[in-house]
Amino acid sequence: MSKPLSDVRSAVGKVRGGVRVLHHKNTAQCPIVRVPAPQQVVLPMQMHIGKPCAPIVKVGDAVSVGQCIADSAEYVSAPIHASISGVVKGIGNITLPNGRVSQAVTIESDGEMRPFEGLHPPKMDTRESLIEAVRASGLVGLGGAGFPSHVKIAFKPGTIDTLIVNAAECEPYITVDDRECIENAWNVLSGVNILRILLQIPKVVICVEKNKPQAIRALSDVARGLELEKGVVTVMRLNSIYPQGAEKVMIYSATGRRVPPGKLPSDVGCLVMNVASVAFIARYAQTGKPLVSRSLTVDGSAICEPKNVRVPVGMQVGEVIDFCGGFKSAPHKIITGGPMMGLAVISTDIPVLKQNNAILAFSEADSLKKETDCINCGRCAATCPMHLQPGSIARVLRAADADTLSGMGAMVCMECGSCAFACPAGKPLVQTMRLAKTIIREGAARNG
Amino acid sequence: MVDGRLLTASASPHFRTRDTTTLIMLDVILALVPALVASVVIFGWRALAVTGVCVACCVLFEYLSRRVMRRANTIGDLSAVVTGIILAFNLPSTIPFWMAGFGSLVAIVVVKQMFGGIGENFVNPALLGRIVLMVSFPKAMLANWATPFAWRGAAPDAITSATPLAILKSGEGDMPALLSMCFAKAGCLGEVCGAALVLGGIYLVVRRVITPVIPLCYVGTVAVCMFLRALTAGEDPLTFTAYELLSGGLLLGAIFMATDYATSPTSTSGKVIFAVGCGLLTSLIRLFGNMSEGVSFSIILMNILVPHIDALTAPRPFGVTREKRKCKKDGEEAAA
Repeated sequence: MSKPLSDVRSAVGKVRGGVRVLHHKNTAQCPIVRVPAPQQVVLPMQMHIGKPCAPIVKVGDAVSVGQCIADSAEYVSAPIHASISGVVKGIGNITLPNGRVSQAVTIESDGEMRPFEGLHPPKMDTRESLIEAVRASGLVGLGGAGFPSHVKIAFKPGTIDTLIVNAAECEPYITVDDRECIENAWNVLSGVNILRILLQIPKVVICVEKNKPQAIRALSDVARGLELEKGVVTVMRLNSIYPQGAEKVMIYSATGRRVPPGKLPSDVGCLVMNVASVAFIARYAQTGKPLVSRSLTVDGSAICEPKNVRVPVGMQVGEVIDFCGGFKSAPHKIITGGPMMGLAVISTDIPVLKQNNAILAFSEADSLKKETDCINCGRCAATCPMHLQPGSIARVLRAADADTLSGMGAMVCMECGSCAFACPAGKPLVQTMRLAKTIIREGAARNG
Repeated sequence: MVDGRLLTASASPHFRTRDTTTLIMLDVILALVPALVASVVIFGWRALAVTGVCVACCVLFEYLSRRVMRRANTIGDLSAVVTGIILAFNLPSTIPFWMAGFGSLVAIVVVKQMFGGIGENFVNPALLGRIVLMVSFPKAMLANWATPFAWRGAAPDAITSATPLAILKSGEGDMPALLSMCFAKAGCLGEVCGAALVLGGIYLVVRRVITPVIPLCYVGTVAVCMFLRALTAGEDPLTFTAYELLSGGLLLGAIFMATDYATSPTSTSGKVIFAVGCGLLTSLIRLFGNMSEGVSFSIILMNILVPHIDALTAPRPFGVTREKRKCKKDGEEAAA
């Protein structure tokens, strides 16, 4: 019998830049608990990158858990399913945390959480049926981006040689992916197997930051149990440095390949999927239950009982916070997502979206720093994982035209926030980069 | 809004480092303290008085010039204090106070604030202040050195006319012992105790205020040049090099002045070019120039080249290959 097989390795490519942020993984030992079904959910039609869905139910219709309530004929889109059973109460517009207005379906609960009868384990035995099933499941990238997964996996066969499972979770506070690995390592590996075999990907690398030893052990134990040939499934320990989980950074760490500006991971033969998405595919293959709930970390200095929770998509953020004991002090800032890239919201009266992975509430008022003059210390450039010079871009922003800014590589910026984190002068460098990108896009629109 | 209270909405990141300009400057001040203590021990209270005058004048001129320009008051960032200490460190302890004040005026008003304040000056303010004083008052600046420790002895006003560097250059007079050169020698306030400067430098590196690239490359380049010179001149290369490294303002310049953020390159390769350039210029001036000291002029000259070094060594964005960048440039030229 051949010896096993799956091994734990350290990173291939050494990342330059990044910042050391305090991890604050306070909830790492909190198992994911299921939140009781809320009275109502609000399901926005835009919970993914791409075209919004259109409702296929009417006000007054009875719906059950997992029933498809909205879909789109567009390719880059993902259907939306009812996350509770009940009656469609209204279809109207809401403002999402990112400021976009989206149509939304409100469902009032009947308290039964009755599953939809039509649900059955999908047929997943060929590449085409897998893609079809993933589309039907409504899966989007659960790490935060929300890109429809079926589009991602519909690559030309043979062009991808490495599947990278992103379990880095480099954002402070968030621990749901960590918990997913610890509690459901078997699901993760089974999802890996489905993708690996049906999409014919020869190599799989599961990337975890070093600060999650339990997750690394759980994953490598299960991976060893698969008794695959050496190198087929590897668990990789990455340095705990922010933004290790950013796609391009992760690909470089895992394979040593660099994704050129404007290119996609598939251009260097890689497919990157969040660990929660991979585990979801395994669960979906067994139960046929589409994406109607997701795990969240609820934490921050203003939260009474920080927890990891599994909530129905569309539940109000305020209700989720209430489940965690409510606020112990007046919140000053509430963030959906992590503190480095998450969105500050102006109200808790917003639904949990498919791609949300955390709700953080802080009572400190120190999050806004006084802006002073740039002293040219170069820390923004030294921390930029994309090797840009945010300080220089800020200096030329007002004067420069689109060509100059684009020549400085502004479009490569992924807004990870390392530069702004490190800036001793408190410069709003992420906004600077966003502005630079807007100028470049406007320039391109004018010329083209 | 939650419970009737407004929430703060701001762009990410919602976490920021606790470092501020003030804290960085405070670290630099702390790093300068050992050298200040050493100079007080060596030259007496006048060393402290000169430093005090420079700091007070720098802060005052910073406050006044910002006021006249109707710009926000910036004395709180402590950069004027750092400039004041470093300027004082570049003056002899015998300098008249009014000259020290004049040097502060040049450094803060002309070099720093007239070009836009902190981060915008294109040469090191303290160094240019020193050079203006040197050119304006050569006697006070270059021929009036207090003898180390004389203030405690019988002849408190003993003056020597030559620093070790000048002796080294002219070959006239006796050099002090190498060991005593590490701790005390004749010269400007801040440069006389090499050990204290190195201690401060180590503190700055440990606190990550500076990287060791510039000091090491600068001192290393001078060491190589001096070693080669001693070989060709038939002197004992090790002793000659050691004397050269410990003489003059080399350590002060390499650790505290060439590393000034505003006037040094940001990328590591840029820092290497900058520091090697400083080292070469210093060696050339010391070996072949008229003056015995070349640190100030070489740093100022390299300061002026920093924008070009920065442009040459701008990092390639992640994933951009060398060929691609070249192709793009060629394409642009063809299009033009």
